Amino acid sequence: MILKGKAIKYGNDINTDVIIPGRYLNFVKPEELAPHAMENLDPDFFSKFTKGDVIVAGQNFGCGSSREQAAMCLKYAGVGAIVAKSFARIFYRNAINQGLPVIESSEAVDATDNKDVLLIDLDKELIKNVTKNLRFTMQPVPEFLQGIITAGGLVPWLQEKSHS
Amino acid sequence: MASTIAEKILARASGKKEVKSGEIVDANIDLAMSHDNTTLVSEIFKEIDKENVWNSQRIVIVLDHRTPANTITTAENHKLIREFVKKYNIKNFFDVGEGICHQVLTEKGFIHPGMLIVGTDSHTTTAGAFGAFATGIGATDMAAVWSTGKLWFKVPRTLGFDISGELSKYVTSKDIILYLIGKIGADGANYKACEFYGDTIENMSIDSRMVISNQAMEAGAKAAIIPPDKKILDYLKLRDKESFEMIYSDQDAEYEKTFEFDITNTEPQIACPDKINNVKPVSKLTGEKINQAVLGSCTNGRLEDFAIASDILKDKTISKKVRMIVVPASRSVYLEAIKKGYIEIFLKAGAIIVNPGCGPCLGLHQGVLADGESVISSTNRNYKGRMGASGAEIYLGSPATVAASAIKGEITNPKDMIL
Ligand code: SF4
Repeated sequence: MILKGKAIKYGNDINTDVIIPGRYLNFVKPEELAPHAMENLDPDFFSKFTKGDVIVAGQNFGCGSSREQAAMCLKYAGVGAIVAKSFARIFYRNAINQGLPVIESSEAVDATDNKDVLLIDLDKELIKNVTKNLRFTMQPVPEFLQGIITAGGLVPWLQEKSHS
Repeated sequence: MASTIAEKILARASGKKEVKSGEIVDANIDLAMSHDNTTLVSEIFKEIDKENVWNSQRIVIVLDHRTPANTITTAENHKLIREFVKKYNIKNFFDVGEGICHQVLTEKGFIHPGMLIVGTDSHTTTAGAFGAFATGIGATDMAAVWSTGKLWFKVPRTLGFDISGELSKYVTSKDIILYLIGKIGADGANYKACEFYGDTIENMSIDSRMVISNQAMEAGAKAAIIPPDKKILDYLKLRDKESFEMIYSDQDAEYEKTFEFDITNTEPQIACPDKINNVKPVSKLTGEKINQAVLGSCTNGRLEDFAIASDILKDKTISKKVRMIVVPASRSVYLEAIKKGYIEIFLKAGAIIVNPGCGPCLGLHQGVLADGESVISSTNRNYKGRMGASGAEIYLGSPATVAASAIKGEITNPKDMIL
């Protein structure tokens, strides 16, 4: 799977309460959630965002609550992938279950500025910063997790498994 | 091979003799808990297209987050959940008013040492105080558990925390865990199982230990386990549901790192806005004005928390500038607090008591903050916007600090209240 998009950069410890505030957790439909993505941190996020853009962030992205709406709202807002130095563990699982690629690479994060264009090759485990013409490796992802991402999430993956 | 508690529990649950950290296992789940977010889980569960849940006895659902319903949408969600539990014959359903899920699970005897527990709530780690491996998961993972009874885990490495020394008056387990998070950081335990031991932990009540296992999640802990002892056995004797085995680490088990803390002279601690690891001793913050004081949550809404707060609030009046909100963690905590006279003390002091549940912890009702306001709260998160407007400031402290600050209208060292 190859993804391309422009970077939107944030800092460390971006928590689930700023990704999707508690007041929206009654929503279960992705299209209701997406317009509120990142609202507490970056109120213009949804309007300035182009489909396929890549969130680039520091350590511990998605820390806090187990709310899967955090991964859902980003995915349905059109986030192509999240590249971070590290992820909080529940968010990491939720993102994969939603089919949202989550990639760990400290080097890529350090070298990337806002609006740089990134090209991500999940199979080759490579990140290219097209704007700066730099290449980075990423933390390897176990094969079965890659399978879940490629299937589009855990539910389609389970459905595929039960039909094969 | 020598193993830690976390490794032993995951080995047992995945039917293996032993497991190594880093290994991915497919484990059988002993207990699966959800709360108001059952609606999302059930939507996803429908997509997996299963006629039945894997085991209706092992699923527990507690409505606690927005209770009683605060909006029509919430009311509709609660209604869907009631229909769902009826359809799938989920007997372990606790409707609004029973209390916060983590507290209800323990009080009703669902938690035992050695269990593998998942919950669609990050503070599921609370059950680690009973020697269980308990961790938070998202809705899709839970839908998969409901359908198969299994979930994959990467066996985490374990961090050991050896905590020694005697706590002085009005210094509590909340202060200790905030202090620790200040030292190791908001991701200091990410992907790791934590084990807490040492004489400070041994001398702690179960209520106090639950604070440690609960709040440790804020350092990213995957599980926050305290080796079970006689106190746990005595507690479970009154609520016995199933037989269980006490699981301990081997002498030469391998820890990724061990920390030693002597907490003898530790002061009450405060986590300042809006980072959990922005922790300072209360003396650095005294005089900081507050508009609200919150005593409650799955971290600190238990009987012991109410006892220490009422000790400070007895025959005192809360500052006219402060709204103090008290939220019992469960119906049973509420009832006991009435019997012991704590509720009367709070009411006479000018506090507002709301029903058992999450209350204002997640900023939806029962005391939402306006822009520019400050709160001192015994809850567990001080993220921007967590308890209301994104311009509200959240200071986290112990129940003793909350009570003392409510009286003065500013952040106050509870030790100053010792006559
Ligand atoms: S009290 Fe707060 S932290 Fe605890 S379960 Fe409820 S909302 Fe979550």
